[in-house]
Amino acid sequence: MQPQAQISTVNLSAFFRSGRALKEVNLQVLPRSVLAVIGPSGCGKTTFLRCLNRMHELVPGAYATGQVLIDEQDVYARESDPVMVRRRVGMVFQRPNPFPTMSIYDNVVSGLKLNGVRNSNSAQAQKSLEQAALWDEVKDRLHAPATSLSGGQQQRLCIARALAVEPEVLLMDEPASALDPIATARIEELIRELRERYTIVIVTHNMQQAARVSDWTAFFYMGELVECAPTEKIFTNPSEQRTEDYVTGKFG
Amino acid sequence: MSSYFGRRLMNLLMTGLCAGAVVLALVPLVSVFWLLFAKGFSALSWSLFTSLPTPVGEAGGGVGNAILGTLLLVGLACLLGLPIGIGTGLFLAERGDGPAGDTVRFVTEVLSGVPSIVIGIVAYGLVVVPMHRFSAIAGAVALALLMVPTLARAAEEMIRLVPSSLREASLALGIPQWKTSIRVVLRTALGGIVTAILLAVSRAAGETAPLLFTSLNNQYWNTRIDQPTASLTVQIFNYAISPYEDWHQKAWASALVLLLFVSLMNLTSRFLARSPLRGA
Repeated sequence: MQPQAQISTVNLSAFFRSGRALKEVNLQVLPRSVLAVIGPSGCGKTTFLRCLNRMHELVPGAYATGQVLIDEQDVYARESDPVMVRRRVGMVFQRPNPFPTMSIYDNVVSGLKLNGVRNSNSAQAQKSLEQAALWDEVKDRLHAPATSLSGGQQQRLCIARALAVEPEVLLMDEPASALDPIATARIEELIRELRERYTIVIVTHNMQQAARVSDWTAFFYMGELVECAPTEKIFTNPSEQRTEDYVTGKFG
Repeated sequence: MSSYFGRRLMNLLMTGLCAGAVVLALVPLVSVFWLLFAKGFSALSWSLFTSLPTPVGEAGGGVGNAILGTLLLVGLACLLGLPIGIGTGLFLAERGDGPAGDTVRFVTEVLSGVPSIVIGIVAYGLVVVPMHRFSAIAGAVALALLMVPTLARAAEEMIRLVPSSLREASLALGIPQWKTSIRVVLRTALGGIVTAILLAVSRAAGETAPLLFTSLNNQYWNTRIDQPTASLTVQIFNYAISPYEDWHQKAWASALVLLLFVSLMNLTSRFLARSPLRGA
């Protein structure tokens, strides 16, 4: 599994001003697979996700050590530019955060436009919206404000916006936690579709969700990776006692 | 039961006192409007807006050049002051959490407390003395100095209201920090900033002291920024201290024009602050 991993972390540790949040994480994610990251609150799962596209270091005083290899290139290498890393590694956040001053269309192409890409934007916009399963709902009002959409639609718009810059990897930080069950089901369905083209890492506090959408599951506890294994194994026959206690609801 | 009655009585009394305070606060405003309308309205005429001032005793004439001058001065002041003020605000909001930000914030606070006549003296020393003449640009520098601190703080407040989730969304798309600040953060705060600009403009338009020895005055039409320039406020001042009844009339009318201009600015900013355009 080592050679063809799309993402692999080597002794990845993350720190905040107040101390260590992530301890020596070694983990691999295969191309076109979904990795779910689970664990109790404060266990470092969001920090782990934010280390993968160098968003972690935006918090004043925060830094990371170790390596994160994406396609064998270390995103923490000295010559690596965080801006370029973030174009290859898209991110979707917990709460839908479309740009409120922009229309639906402008939101989708914002990553292209603000990075100076001028051509074929509208084709790209349609493609991204189709991939995010939003095209049919918005094709007649592309120039309406993004804030006129419902929460679930806004989240799919954010996914389309992230896809428009053609990343290889998509990071999702509890993408459905602010949504109702129906909107959540749509996002999960979407994740299963996107898996055909992208490598996805999804943080979730919902174990059923992890079981539904992921191929692999990583269980984090107190900043450490306890276990990373095929999802079925984690939920039926984990190797670690702590994992079993967590997935069976003994704590967390 | 009696305590309930007592509480209601107290409530009524306090509400009455608050209402009284509101009325008291409105008295000066209403009386200013009343006085200016009563004294100035009769002297309002088309020629007030279009003609040059006439010598004493000569009928007609107006303050057209002063209105133009005020617009010129305020426009130039905006040209100088808006980029600096808004840029400072952006810095304070986005990078202002360290000692550098605290220093800048302290300086803007001190600057906003400096009396406007002192700002006028500074502009006199900075611009009038080296140029050897009074000029529109000197007046504009003085007005810009007055605008910058209030504008910077207001812009900072507005930019801080932009949720950090939007910054993150933009950065996560691989948009560089500087573009994120300008195209996303500043753009989102624009509605509030426009309000702050209009308030700063209306304040600058009403300044007299710093213009007395910077832009001075001018009896003729002037559009050159290196020449002395008339302004409504200085014109009002000159007319008001003159001994001629005719000029007093014009001072009242000009004051009314200025008041209406400033009120319009304030109302517009109110409207913008309330409309759905805010942040859109």
